[in-house]
Formats: sequence, structure tokens, C-alpha cells
Amino acid sequence: MLSYWVYIAIFLVVAVAVPIVAVGLPALISPKKSSKRKEEVYECGIETTGNIRVQLKSQYYIYALIFLVFDIETVFLFPWAVSVGKLPLYAVVEGVVFIAILFAGLIYAIRKGVLAWS
Amino acid sequence: MADLINLIENWIENLLLGWGASQELTLFILQALGSVLVVLICFAIVIALIWVERKLAGRIQDRFGPNRAGPFGIFQSFADIIKIFTKEYITPEGAEKGFYNVAPVLAIASVLAIWAVFPFAVNVLGADIHVGVLYIVAVGSFGILAILMAGWSSNNRYSLLGASRSVAMLISYEIPMVVSMLVPVLLAHSMKLSDIISAQDPWWNLIMAPLAALVFLISSMAEIGKAPFDLLEAESELVAGYHTEYSGMKFGMFYVAEFLHQYTVGALITIFFLGGWSGPMAVQWPILGFIYFHIKTFVVYLVISWIRLSLPRIRIDEMLNLNWKFLIPVSFINLVAVAIADRVMLEFEVAQWIYVGIMFGLNMFILLVSLFLAGKASPVVERETFPANRPVAVPPGAESK
Repeated sequence: MLSYWVYIAIFLVVAVAVPIVAVGLPALISPKKSSKRKEEVYECGIETTGNIRVQLKSQYYIYALIFLVFDIETVFLFPWAVSVGKLPLYAVVEGVVFIAILFAGLIYAIRKGVLAWS
Repeated sequence: MADLINLIENWIENLLLGWGASQELTLFILQALGSVLVVLICFAIVIALIWVERKLAGRIQDRFGPNRAGPFGIFQSFADIIKIFTKEYITPEGAEKGFYNVAPVLAIASVLAIWAVFPFAVNVLGADIHVGVLYIVAVGSFGILAILMAGWSSNNRYSLLGASRSVAMLISYEIPMVVSMLVPVLLAHSMKLSDIISAQDPWWNLIMAPLAALVFLISSMAEIGKAPFDLLEAESELVAGYHTEYSGMKFGMFYVAEFLHQYTVGALITIFFLGGWSGPMAVQWPILGFIYFHIKTFVVYLVISWIRLSLPRIRIDEMLNLNWKFLIPVSFINLVAVAIADRVMLEFEVAQWIYVGIMFGLNMFILLVSLFLAGKASPVVERETFPANRPVAVPPGAESK
């Protein structure tokens, strides 16, 4: 079983090394004629004005927050889903109650109008 | 010949042991060779997929695809690779060099790393870890980080806006993807990918959990950024989104990552819902299992391309509404219903065909009810129609005609 994780470690190293080689090789053989004009940031062909860091909408934060809640919930649901066959029936109902509580939270958020891209 | 891959592996192992290498070193070398082979095969598959995609897109849009470079244009991808290899890297001024260069590598590394756990045949497994599904979910999410890195580090506010919108969409669609991935895990009572394939023995999960397959297909298509969810790369909207400031092979990495992600999603759908490598005579002849796996994956890839080339893009707010108000409730209700049905039927020990029938019926019932409720919630708005004989401007002099 440990050899499986060693294989994954080797695979991750290879999966990072091969793209690095693929990106690094053109850096050796491509032309390097940099000029000020070429390195300007793109803004539909006109001169860039204004601050680069625009203020993002707070809506992104709300989506991320609700995503976080449901993502942690799915992490908790993984062992529950695996062991549904081995646990008595009331354990399944407990899991259903857990999902239902968070589902009620989602319904509340939707009704409040929070999950709308204004 | 039936067990070709294991034959080659045993031959190399005996060769290395004959040269005096220890057992662990032999295993290490074999694993390194295997992983390099899988990664190179992935790149080779992508080269073929780019040609298939362009030809298919051309034919669906009533035109030829590429047909100049070689017969039927099969050398077009090679020509593109040679071109991209020799393009200059133009780093925008003020870009943060570290993140700017790491982002394309991370984008493709996160997709490649999923291939470590795929079972290709009965005894040609990657790493058959007990938490295979959780590993796939964890590693697949790194691509989202790469997109945010790319958008933020190129010193361009449109890249940043595009990347933020992409990330908002991608994390939203992560949830129905994971929850619908839980349904095959539940039906197989295990997170091991080989167990999930073994549990689909007479009946594929497509029959036993069709709603989960549909939700997984839709949310995966949003995850890989294919239309109708391709706001990430909408050319007319945000230039090119998060990869505006990338040129040459760095852009090529994003491009390859997109095609490889589509193929990987096809492989995931194959493993979870279409029975993986199973097929006639797949257990006796493992090489056939390998072939069936790739045939099924390619069919799912073509279905995704077909959907992409037929539907228009949907807006970001419609996309997010679809996710939070339809897909997430449907996927959770599906999970709960399948869990209760599975446990209750296990209690009563019903026959196989009753089990499959009830699962299928439950899924179809939930799908129809949810489509009905969704139709009720968002009725089709009657568009204002203009009368046929509206006043039209008449040019002077034409009145007499």
C-alpha cells in the first residue's frame, strides 16, 4: 500500500517536471527581442490608464464563503457515503439530517437574495 | 499477447533484477518509467484530440476543418506545436515573475496528476489507493488556483476580472461535481476506483444512477470551461480572460491543459458511470480492457464536444443561478434518496433486478419533479411581438411606383 503512495509521489514529480521542460525548452530556442512597446499591458490597443488593481465586487466573497461551507460538508460526507452499507439504518438518517440542516441554510441564503449576481 | 502491458513490465523487472538491482530500486525504476510513459501518452493523446476537435468543429459548422497540412490535415497539430515552440515569451511589464511562470505549469500538472490513479485494465492499475475519489477531487482543484495565479500576476485588470469570474464559476460548480461523484462511491461502498468498477458488474452506474451521471456531466463541463459555460475564454467578452498576457508555450500549456482536462473528465465519467475497463472478455484479456477504457473515454469526449459545438454561451448570472438553485439541491436530494434506498434495500435483501429498477425509477422521478419545479419557477417570458404592417420609411420618389 505504501508503494502506491510512492508511485503518486513519483508521478507528481514527473507531472511537474515534464511541463517545466516543455516550457523551459522554448525559452532556450525562441528569439528574445524585447522592446518597451511589446511589453505593454493589453487594453484593447489603447494606452493603459488607471489603477491595475480594481476593486472586486463583494459578491465574489459571498460565493466563496458559501462554497467553503458546502465543500467542508462534502468532505464530511465522504466517509459517510463509504460506510452506508455497514452502518445501521439510523446512521443513514443521521447523515440525512446533517445534509438537511445545511440544505436549510442554502434555502435561507437563496431566499434572502444573497446568491444573486447583482 | 493478451496481457501485453504486464508482460513488458515483468520483462523489465527481470532484466533489472538480473543486473543486480535491489527489489526497491527495481520497483522505483518501474514506477518512474510508468509515470513518464503515462505523461507522454497524455501529451500524445492531446495532439490527436486537437485534430479531432478541429475537424469535428469544422464539420458541425458546415465547413472543412484543417485540410492542408498532410492528408485530411493530420499534421496540423504538429505544425502548431513547432510554431508554438519558437514563439517569443513576452512577459508584460510589472508582472510578478514567480506566479506568472508557475501558473501554466500548475494548470497542466493538476490535470496530469489525476492520471496517477486511473485503472486501465484488470491488473494495469495506477495507484489503487483506498481514497482514490478523494485524491481526484483534491488534485483536480489545483487548476483553479492556477487560473487565479495567472489572472492576478499578469499586470492586467481584464485578466484579473476574467480570472475572478472564472474562479467564482469554477468553485461554484465544484460542489455538484463532488456530490454527484459521491453517488457511485455510495453504490460501491468504497472510494477505491477498482472497487467502483467491480461494483458495476452487470449493470453500469449509468442505469443505476442516471441523474448523478447527468449532474456530473453538466458540472464537469462547467469545470473544464466548455460551452455553454465557456465564459472563461469568451473571446468577445474579456479579450481572452486570464490567459491574455501569455504567449508561446506558456499559452500552449493552458491550451493543452484544457483538452487534457476534457479527456480526463471523459475518463472519470467512464470510470464512475460507464463501467471503466469492463466489456466482453476484458477480464481474460487485459489488453482489451485498456482498449475499452479508451474507446468509452473517447465517446464521452465526443459527446462533450458535440454539446459544446451546438449550444450558445449562457450568461454568468444564469450560470450561477443554474448551479446554486438547481444543480446543488438536485444533487443533494439525489444523494439522500439513493442513500436511503440503498440502505433500506440492503436491509430487505432484494433481488438485483428490483434494486436496479428502483434506483433507476427513483432517479428519473427526482429528475422529472425537479425539471417540473424549475419550469414552474422560471416561466418563459413572452417576448414583445411587432405587428406585421408597421410603418416603414419610404424613400422619396418611390411613392409613385
